[in-house]
Amino acid sequence: MEKFDLLISGVGGQGVILASNIVSEVALAAGYDVKKTDTLGMAQRGGSVVSHVRLGSEVHSPLIRMGDVDILVAFEKLEAARWSHYLKPGKVAVINNYALPPFSVSLGGGVYPADAAIMENLKQRTERAYFVDGTARVEELGNVRTLNSFLMGCVSLFLPLKIRVWQDVIARHVPPGAQQINATAFSRGRKEMRRVSL
Amino acid sequence: MMQLLSGNEAIALGAYHSGVRVATAYPGTPSTEILESVATFSDIYAEWSTNEKVAMEVALGAAYAGVRAMVSMKHVGLNVASDPFMAASTTGVSTGLVVVVADDPGMHSSQNEQDSRHYARLAKIPVLEPADSQEAYDFMAHAFTLSEEFDTPVMVRSTTRISHSKSVVRPNRDRLAADMPAHFQNCIAKYVMMPVFARQRHPAMEERLVKLADYAETFYLNQVFAGESRLGIVTGGVAYHYAREVFPKASVLKLGMSYPLPANLIRSFAAQVDRLVVIEELDPFLEDLIRSLGIRVEGKDFIPRVGELNPDIVARAGRGSGLFDNNHNDETTPLPPEPMPNLPPRAPLLCPGCPHTGVFYILSSLGQRSRLPGAKEKPPAKSKLVITGDIGCYTLGAYPPLSAMDTCACMGASIGKALGMEKAGLGRKVVAVIGDSTFLHSGITSLVDAVYNDGRLTVVILDNGTTAMTGHQHHPGTGVSAQGRDTNAVSLEGTVRGLGINDVTVVSAFDIKGIRTALKSALAADELSVVIVRGPCAVRIKRTTPRVIDPEKCNNCGTCRLLGCPAIRSEAGRLYIEPLLCVGESCGICEQVCPRGAIH
Repeated sequence: MEKFDLLISGVGGQGVILASNIVSEVALAAGYDVKKTDTLGMAQRGGSVVSHVRLGSEVHSPLIRMGDVDILVAFEKLEAARWSHYLKPGKVAVINNYALPPFSVSLGGGVYPADAAIMENLKQRTERAYFVDGTARVEELGNVRTLNSFLMGCVSLFLPLKIRVWQDVIARHVPPGAQQINATAFSRGRKEMRRVSL
Repeated sequence: MMQLLSGNEAIALGAYHSGVRVATAYPGTPSTEILESVATFSDIYAEWSTNEKVAMEVALGAAYAGVRAMVSMKHVGLNVASDPFMAASTTGVSTGLVVVVADDPGMHSSQNEQDSRHYARLAKIPVLEPADSQEAYDFMAHAFTLSEEFDTPVMVRSTTRISHSKSVVRPNRDRLAADMPAHFQNCIAKYVMMPVFARQRHPAMEERLVKLADYAETFYLNQVFAGESRLGIVTGGVAYHYAREVFPKASVLKLGMSYPLPANLIRSFAAQVDRLVVIEELDPFLEDLIRSLGIRVEGKDFIPRVGELNPDIVARAGRGSGLFDNNHNDETTPLPPEPMPNLPPRAPLLCPGCPHTGVFYILSSLGQRSRLPGAKEKPPAKSKLVITGDIGCYTLGAYPPLSAMDTCACMGASIGKALGMEKAGLGRKVVAVIGDSTFLHSGITSLVDAVYNDGRLTVVILDNGTTAMTGHQHHPGTGVSAQGRDTNAVSLEGTVRGLGINDVTVVSAFDIKGIRTALKSALAADELSVVIVRGPCAVRIKRTTPRVIDPEKCNNCGTCRLLGCPAIRSEAGRLYIEPLLCVGESCGICEQVCPRGAIH
């Protein structure tokens, strides 16, 4: 059983934890040993959030070692840069092309890195860093809260997990009225990922 | 059926399946979800207690009365509960009492990172340390059995990484029958701790500890994983998994019970390995105990005693101290790269629409404290006010631009410290700021002290109607129980007036003028005064049309930025309100402070 270490990062409120719960449940259904852990700090809203998700035949540490991540999923660009050094050289990064500058930038306490700098930093680790327009696509769908389903759709192309199970687990984890739109967001994510990675 | 559970959920399920009938707690990261989770079982009694001391006492009472009980808290909660905790150890129990304590190495959301295992040693009781969710589930059954077999409370020690990680759990039992009626067998020599009886209990405790240490020798939660003899690792809790991951070939002695220690088991393990190393988080608890047995052991010479461990830190320590053999991957591969430099941080902030923002803004301006970051004008060397703070989201009011808090130590300390400063003769007015849940937790007793000793300070109670920081738990003031039932609500103003305080004002958290008037009057009064600032937590309010700044009227004076509201931003020198963040009309504080009427 091939091991997969996923690091999912973003900003509190974006759905990072729900996304990491979903991929963990899908992997559990496929027979993987699974560990996942979130680091939230004390922020209720708007702070940096990172989830470590580990899949394999036997997983020990819930925390992934630096340089061991197989798939980095960033819900926000700065949060991709913050964790890029965790990526294993040559592995996959899926980055939502969306900037949410922290309040510290607005107060003059820092500079939001330019796209080129983020890309340059990621390119040092891997040729397989992909920017996807997740926020723009789910805004078109009419529900920004489906971003996690969209990004899980992107990630699903890199994991040997069945689409039907993904869809089942997503349906169980989102509000009853939002199941169809999340299923659509998941499919759009797959489509977008195919487009940018081919 | 296999489930993915967090450590906290697994502890709750383990307790439930072990027949727990009374569960108590006060919320505190990382322990909160234990009670939240166990409270979902309707056939047990679960309560949010006023504080951890009360939680311990309620659970102890249940364990005296023939019912299995669990009390859960964060590490610093055990400081609050330490008196009944020690008493529970002295009297012992009738039925199982399990004390779950969740430590926070790395201080993800805590004011210190004390190691609770020391408390188990102090109280002479056993402590079990699960390493993942399956163990968290399993160990609860052992904890209850040990408690009853040895007539002792049992500590189950978790950490943030155990409590807040999900892993696979296979529940292996149904709920133990828990239908025995409660019964209390009076026995003053056991339950009435006058000196004459306590003198009999102490030798019983010492004897119990010897028996427990003997039991630990063959207790199957203390496991040996045979590996190479070059390196022997003694470990427990989540550090066990880091050790296995970083040193897969080493021999490992995993101590599921980290107190009291199985001396012979450790001696025989040590005799089989060339080097004995303890890998544990925080203090050298196991290491010092093992050394005191006369066994040569290493550990904190290279494993940090500060902060949370992770596999990278353990590997780095291993590199520096020759724990790897020469051809091991970790000895030869280059270190991973550094993170991208100079990234702006995403520090925690008071939310947009937070009911604490307005009162801090006023305190800040009355105390002549607030300055925009980068402002040329320096604040006065001495602020007009000294503001003692407390524990909750509102501690974030200490940050600029609000800068409206001078101290924060532990739960409920704001009022006592304010009184101490006043009695020390500090010339300036002292204000204590405390949240509703924290006030009920342990602020009340200090306020009684201030009444009794004729304090003249001002106490500001920030009443957002919930325990917000830990995720919106109910408390005695909310009128709803931990299991969602309507119940009595303790009135803050009624309580305060009942203590004999006459100068009591209640004001809306979103009425800037009202807050200013109330605070000015309270600060001017030469008597003890209480201002209750009331408004719902921003996370729980209904959002309406966001506020906007009219660029025609705005002259960029920056007054609104003194609120520190994350929704008020500037781009290319112009101020604007981020519509995705603003909560709309339930707040409206920026609208009230704008001197040019540019926000609507």
